[in-house]
Amino acid sequence: MDHAPRPLASTRSPSPPPEAPAAGAATPADPGRRDFLGAAFTIAGGAVVLLAGLDAAASGETHVPPPGGDAYNWEEHRWAYVIDTSKCIGCGSCVRGCKAENDVPDGFVRTWVERYIVGPGGSYVDSPKGGLDGFPPVPTAFTPTKSFFVPKMCNHCKETPCVQVCPVGASYRTKDGVVLVDGKSCIGCGYCVQACPYGSRFLNPATHTAEKCTWCYHRITKGLKPACVEVCPTGTRAFGDMMREDDPVRQTIDHERVSILQAHLLTEPQCFYLHLDMEVR
Amino acid sequence: MPEITGYAFPNDIHVHWSLMIVMYPYITGFVAGAFIVSALFHVFGREEFRPVARLAMATSLCFMAVATLPLNLHLGHPERSWLVMVTPNLSSAMAGFGMLYSTYLLILVLEVWFVWRQQIIESARRSRGWKRTFYAMLALGTYDTSPEAIAIDHRAATILAAIGLPGACMLHGYVGFIFGAIKANPWWSSPLMPVIFLLSAAVSGIALLTILYQVVAKLNRRVIEGRTVAALARWLWFFLILTVTLELLEIIMLAYEKSESWHIISQLLTTRLEFSFITIQMVVGSLIPFILLGVVVLMDRYLHDRVRNTLCIASSILLLLQVFSMRWNIVIGGQLLSKSFRGLRSPYSPEIFGREGILVAIALLIMPFVLLWLFNRVLPIFGDDKPHAAGGHEPPPVTAPVAGVHAG
Repeated sequence: MDHAPRPLASTRSPSPPPEAPAAGAATPADPGRRDFLGAAFTIAGGAVVLLAGLDAAASGETHVPPPGGDAYNWEEHRWAYVIDTSKCIGCGSCVRGCKAENDVPDGFVRTWVERYIVGPGGSYVDSPKGGLDGFPPVPTAFTPTKSFFVPKMCNHCKETPCVQVCPVGASYRTKDGVVLVDGKSCIGCGYCVQACPYGSRFLNPATHTAEKCTWCYHRITKGLKPACVEVCPTGTRAFGDMMREDDPVRQTIDHERVSILQAHLLTEPQCFYLHLDMEVR
Repeated sequence: MPEITGYAFPNDIHVHWSLMIVMYPYITGFVAGAFIVSALFHVFGREEFRPVARLAMATSLCFMAVATLPLNLHLGHPERSWLVMVTPNLSSAMAGFGMLYSTYLLILVLEVWFVWRQQIIESARRSRGWKRTFYAMLALGTYDTSPEAIAIDHRAATILAAIGLPGACMLHGYVGFIFGAIKANPWWSSPLMPVIFLLSAAVSGIALLTILYQVVAKLNRRVIEGRTVAALARWLWFFLILTVTLELLEIIMLAYEKSESWHIISQLLTTRLEFSFITIQMVVGSLIPFILLGVVVLMDRYLHDRVRNTLCIASSILLLLQVFSMRWNIVIGGQLLSKSFRGLRSPYSPEIFGREGILVAIALLIMPFVLLWLFNRVLPIFGDDKPHAAGGHEPPPVTAPVAGVHAG
């Protein structure tokens, strides 16, 4: 299986693909899926995506540095992710986009959306197929007073337990802050799957190796955004570079009140949340 | 996808660590437990364990020989397992496995060699042809059986047993550490985990030897030493009490603290693990043997040999079941609980055929006994029963009418 970083569709990549260190480990995906993704944009959500695109452009679309023709230097970036839960509508585009982009096997997800229905009498949480097909209405035994969606994914923790426990060093954290798996040296022991407190990892039933969100490393090293950010119609998801002072994501993390998941575990997630409810774990 | 209760993270559907990962601590538990028994004689000089000391050491070695199999059967890429030894990630608890396993194996093999050395040499002298070559190779070129050399053998065996004891404890304590150090999983994450694993290893090892000793003695038409069985029962009772106390303490602590995870763990224990934890591990596997062994320990003088031996066999069988269910409840139980803390995964039932199935597990359990039989063919476990002039620990004194008849 080819693990080398792939060039993007020519319309998206004005410059020759830069060398991405260690990206090879990340995710195999063939160009056909990228085409599929492109088609999915146009057909399925043209208008929405257009609006979202305008919105995103207004809110700093250009923060990802252009490839510039030079080789990608992972010491010049430190990636971070912000999720504004108040904006999520539970459409599941991100889950579908991720699946198409990264060839995620059926029954597993690299990113998913949780639905919370909460009232004084109780709470109900679900994520049917990770939100892949959206959320059908559910009756609850209590009277809900609030309800919201929470997108989740690998938190790309700084002090990540998954990298710590990998017996062969197949899981690693790149200098630009992305946690990846080298599928060529992963022995498939599953220890990282057990160690991840967020349920972000799984063993791919086809390759028998550990797999997880890579923040679309093959895209971000070309100056693009992760597929989930790209397709999110509401701007719930934002991806940015902590090494750039004017980056909106960095601005948000620096100036807003952000939270992280399971802070007590001290894993230092690099996925930050806005408007997170206490029900969310 | 069947029967997920509550909300489980979408990836928390499958139980990745299957029956093989239950077998792995079960098997290494026998390695450590059997070694503890042999060390009770070799290091601590408990004379009542003399008749089982060599059997225990051979048992430990035979289980050690298959200990890596369940791991390799489980790995997604067993062909890469050597990477754990060659390019270990030193921050990983699992990477220590190669080091611990090889160190302990080396100690064990050396100790076996020193204990059986005299017999190897005698076999080499006795036999002809390829057999002689084989034993000569095992003797590693030294044929010195002078009293001084034998004394050195005994000292070496004692020292190796003394090093091997912490080695065996670490090998198995480390298995507990693999689970205990996972902070993501409240059912595993506990500093008590290595201790519980170790103590239950002692339970399984002693229980196995209680059965094995009597079976082997019967097969060889030897007298079953009453005091040996009684001593095994005493230690078994002791380790059983320690294990169950710690296991219960851990759960009571969680419940009393009303810890964040207690809500889901109590659900786990009363639904998915109701049978394997409450019924098997606690009642059938702990309470009943506790009573039976209590009878043996407290009323030994009133018991007929046959009654005592039968009681010991019965409780040992139950304890083997208990330790297996304990491994099951930890390994599988820990995975049934979703890290969302809001739900349980669908119940796990192992496949029958297939790499990680029940048949393979049974084969794995039979294999050490086949190896033990082979071992006994090559290096008779009870072969050397003549009283010894040198006055060391080995060999055992004459305790049985038949000696060395099965040397092959």
